[in-house]
Amino acid sequence: MSVGSAQAHDSAHLHVSGEALYCDDISLPADTLHAAFGVSRVAHAHIRTLNLDAVLASPGVVTVALPRDIPGENNYGGGVHDDPIFADGLVQYAGQPLFAVAATSYNAARKAATLAHVEYEELPAILDVRAALAAESYLLPTERIVRGKPREVLARSPDRLQGSITIGGQDHFYLEGQIAVAIPQEDGAMLIHSSTQHPSEVQHIVAHALGTRSHAITVQCRRMGGGFGGKESQAALIAAAAAVLARKTRRPVKLRLDRDADMIITGKRHDFVSDYDVGFDTRGRILALTLMLASRCGYSADLSGAVNGRALCHVDNAYFLEHVEIVSHRCKTHTVSNTAFRGFGAPQAMMVIEQIMDDIARMLRLDPIDVRKANFYGLGERDTTPYGQQVEDNVIHEIVTQLEASSAYRDRRRAVAQWNARNRVIKRGLALTPVKFGISFTATQYNQAGALVHVYSDGTVLLNHGGTEMGQGVHIKVAQVVAAELGLPLSAIRLTTTDTSKVPNTSATAASSGSDLNGMAAQAATRVIRQRIVDHVCEAHGVRPEEVAFADGQVRVGTQTMPFAKVAHSAYMARISLSSTGFYRTPKIHWDKATNTGRPFFYFAYGAAVAEVALDTLTGETRLLRVDIVHDVGTSLNPAIDLGQIEGGFLQGAGWLTSEELYWNEKGELQTHAPSTYKIPAVSDWPDEAHIALLAASPNREQTIYRSKAVGEPPLMLAISVFQAIRDACAACLPAGTLPNLSAPATPEAVLRTIDMPRREYGT
Amino acid sequence: MGASEPENASGAVRFVLDGKVVSASGLPPTLTVLEYLRNVAGLSSTKEGCAEGDCGACTVVLGELAEDGASIQYRPINSCIRFLPTIDGKELVTAGSLEARDGSLHPVQQAMVDEHASQCGFCTPGFVMSLFALYLQQDALDRAAVTEALSGNLCRCTGYRPIIDAGCRMVRYPPPAHWSRADSQSAERVEALRTLARVRANGAALEVAGFRAPRSLDELAAALAAAPDSLVLAGGTDVGLWVTKLLRELPPIVYVGEVAELRQIRSTERGLWIGAAVTLSAAWPALLAAHPELAEQGTRFASPPIRSSATLVGNLANGSPIGDSIPALIALGAELELRKGRHTRRLALEHFYPGYRQKDLAPGEFVVAVVVPPPQAGRKLASYKVSKRIDQDISAVCATFAVVVQNGVVTDARLAFGGMAAVPARARHAEGALTGRPWSAESIDAAGAALAQDFTPLTDLRASAEYRARVAGNLLRRFYLEQSLEGEPLRLAAVRGAAS
Repeated sequence: MSVGSAQAHDSAHLHVSGEALYCDDISLPADTLHAAFGVSRVAHAHIRTLNLDAVLASPGVVTVALPRDIPGENNYGGGVHDDPIFADGLVQYAGQPLFAVAATSYNAARKAATLAHVEYEELPAILDVRAALAAESYLLPTERIVRGKPREVLARSPDRLQGSITIGGQDHFYLEGQIAVAIPQEDGAMLIHSSTQHPSEVQHIVAHALGTRSHAITVQCRRMGGGFGGKESQAALIAAAAAVLARKTRRPVKLRLDRDADMIITGKRHDFVSDYDVGFDTRGRILALTLMLASRCGYSADLSGAVNGRALCHVDNAYFLEHVEIVSHRCKTHTVSNTAFRGFGAPQAMMVIEQIMDDIARMLRLDPIDVRKANFYGLGERDTTPYGQQVEDNVIHEIVTQLEASSAYRDRRRAVAQWNARNRVIKRGLALTPVKFGISFTATQYNQAGALVHVYSDGTVLLNHGGTEMGQGVHIKVAQVVAAELGLPLSAIRLTTTDTSKVPNTSATAASSGSDLNGMAAQAATRVIRQRIVDHVCEAHGVRPEEVAFADGQVRVGTQTMPFAKVAHSAYMARISLSSTGFYRTPKIHWDKATNTGRPFFYFAYGAAVAEVALDTLTGETRLLRVDIVHDVGTSLNPAIDLGQIEGGFLQGAGWLTSEELYWNEKGELQTHAPSTYKIPAVSDWPDEAHIALLAASPNREQTIYRSKAVGEPPLMLAISVFQAIRDACAACLPAGTLPNLSAPATPEAVLRTIDMPRREYGT
Repeated sequence: MGASEPENASGAVRFVLDGKVVSASGLPPTLTVLEYLRNVAGLSSTKEGCAEGDCGACTVVLGELAEDGASIQYRPINSCIRFLPTIDGKELVTAGSLEARDGSLHPVQQAMVDEHASQCGFCTPGFVMSLFALYLQQDALDRAAVTEALSGNLCRCTGYRPIIDAGCRMVRYPPPAHWSRADSQSAERVEALRTLARVRANGAALEVAGFRAPRSLDELAAALAAAPDSLVLAGGTDVGLWVTKLLRELPPIVYVGEVAELRQIRSTERGLWIGAAVTLSAAWPALLAAHPELAEQGTRFASPPIRSSATLVGNLANGSPIGDSIPALIALGAELELRKGRHTRRLALEHFYPGYRQKDLAPGEFVVAVVVPPPQAGRKLASYKVSKRIDQDISAVCATFAVVVQNGVVTDARLAFGGMAAVPARARHAEGALTGRPWSAESIDAAGAALAQDFTPLTDLRASAEYRARVAGNLLRRFYLEQSLEGEPLRLAAVRGAAS
């Protein structure tokens, strides 16, 4: 059976030979033009004059596009319409597109785009979260969740601590940058090839920008070279600009951002600050918590409302917070508009509560694992989240019990302490952190999906669904579902390009939902066809439906078996439709925006990690030595794909919290916009020792596709263990009981700043 | 334009690709190998991830006839920043080259599939080619060799574990008919490169518009004397970015990579003589053989694809304040051999950099070689590199210290730093605080304090001024501890595995 087996990624053989086609590899019509953005050099200003004479005079240039060249709406914001395709009079971040130029070659367009003469009337700029908080510069209304009597209980808590943390952002650094090709079709239609997680939104935005309607725009995406949330809303900007130029020139236009442009122009993970005040008892159990989250949204709304909403719902992580107040400020800054990124606000929120757990343990001189256990959601008690959802599927206790043993946590805690007592220069740190991550889009309407399945008369299957492939393996998982439903080998199933003309009104492939939603939709479509085939053979062969079975490429009909192909052909000859759509909407979920309560999540995915690090006290450099992970994927659709998501998500999270530093200068210009300056994890950052396990025999309690669980985002947050292990090592350099004041990312400099207190010199 | 057979072979760039000799003419001299593959040849298997040699998605393998003329050396390069004329006479291998005619995958590719080592797949052709180069170079692989080979390839999806496993596993598959180690050295392949070599054998330099590749040192000197405004190009791992990222038009290029004399490493009485065309992948092993204490610098210097294009002298002559080899060679007391026309002079490396990105070079003058003095008995030597990431990162601070201690007293100290000033430089005040003093923690502390007089470092994206200053002093401390303390690991790299 194909479901549950470690099938290779459907494109693996194409990846390794370079035959897999990405947007940049599509053969272009001979008259295709290449485009580039001209961007603002200042963070906040009125544009006095924008002189493009030199741009137009540059070799190879055919035309430029300005706001006045947009036939429809100058906007690529999917929710709030506050994202101009080209800034019109007002610029709000350094790097904001002002215009796009089309030329006969990629380099001609890039060169010309730098030649604009712009006069700015500069305005005061707010460039970080603390400055925005001070100025009460909020992009969206502040939201809060309050339960119980947090302030009252805080005041009478036996122990109490206040703290803060600063958590940096993160660039997606998908290896394939943002790209779109717009090809004019007859009668005002446009075909868009877009590297996007959200073809339907690209379709809608391009339609609005061109002043036309959705049925005139077709968006296709075969695969992305990585997405991670960065191509959820941001791809629309690139596609819309290409479409505007294609409409203006009546020629195909390709717009591929070079790496620097991509990193400067497009949004990133929100950086956060948090201040908190927590009261607890002598076992470390939290009695009351007040907590403020503030994030850098950038200049526009984009997905910031939802990102911060998810943050609000993940401060609790795996812990019961009885008396709690969480306040979420959504700050407006004159920097790039931040967007979706794997975890979507939850990682930042979970960083805060995990710091609180460790610091309570430090104050009480307890092992942090015991403080965490004291605070875990209970089974049948203490199990309601601050937003009112009951945690019904809690497996964190068994995960942590298993991991504590398999990682030899207690022994290694002692060994680390011994090491630190013996060694002055290199210190070690150890931490275990859990993950509980809510699965479903918090915006209920996105929890729907469609699929379109064709069975051809030779018994082969063409599978379309609304999910997009960015490497996460949604296509192979959905194909495994379809193969299982029809009892066919995987080779009988062919996946197609995601295409808005095949499956309409799709949601973004995001929120880890790709396989959950599209797997169910494809299953529904396949079952319709299968039922028609069953009905057909029952009629043709005079058997009852329960005498028909599909397995191994054969159909058993009563006592005889025949190849599926033969049955398909027979159904065709009998004029039976072998094509069907399928549809799915997630049950049980609801959310009350007014009170911030409800059941936003169909279920939760769980995991936990133990990380051990070494820290160089002379430079602040750190190294991950070992990681142990137990992660819950329900009943896995594909253990190889799931393992890949866990490992990859973990290291991506580790990068976010260690080496990946976004650095803006005092003028608000991003200085880290290429791999030479922005350091994602490299091969040596994978630890020498790693033990990764899927939680065994743990089917999803809810009726998901084959009882599996979503896996895209949750593992990223396992990397919080790395950060807390570094803090643990920092603590070993500080007087006992000191709470390390470490900001994320824990760069060598951040670490050295944390531990570099006056201390006895070495060797003297 | 394109791959036609020109009458005058010296006006065309000729190389072997997929068993055929390509003769490319009429192309801009700064066209990159990647642009050639994707835009001219229509081969899209090689991807662009960054256009600056930092992500490895564009990695291809270059085969070059060895000095003996009887074998081929294959090395990975970043095709995104390598100018096409510099692969003249070589064999170009891409991820699209490896599949057998019957469609079966090469062991490198099959191992990647079997280990589930691709997710989005965009970086994958680059990983395949880095592993392929390793596959051809070594038949017994351990994890360290694999991670070393992959240190210039970024993957954002997998976490690298399955790729490392694929690298360890690939040599266990049966050798393929196509591109086995034996096939890579087949008489046919060797002969193809010999044939290309014969085109240039009579000394006819490759000369295409805006690009000249002299074959001898005299010819190079004459070319630069005649056209002193020319750009001297070696590995091009920085110059390439002037074109791909800064979009600059370059002056006429004179390429040193084909000058036979400059491709040599010689042992001389003054020390190791390393010619201007010697790549980092050839130069560093020679340097480390003589000075193993430089290992941290040598092994963490860039990535294999960069090291097999870039030259050691290029790193010196480029004069970047963050060129990692410069402090090491200043500390060792290296000298440059410079030439202008027929005139040759020598200059201590430490005097070569009058200011930020400035060099003591007259118009038409060029660096012939660097000469690195031999090890000195009784000298304490160590090098350090501090950066945000272990692999392929630019230092916030790097340092090499060479100190001679006699009877417990420091008699000579050369403390060279990078990242601390506009140019890599010796810390003269710190050296003064150490020289003539006992080799002790107090002296080291005094030297560390004196660094404040030597350097006023900058704050930038890599580190703040305060951090750089603090770490510079701490590196001196580490140097002292390493020389005086035993039994305690003092570098992160020395700590492996969990505590037990």
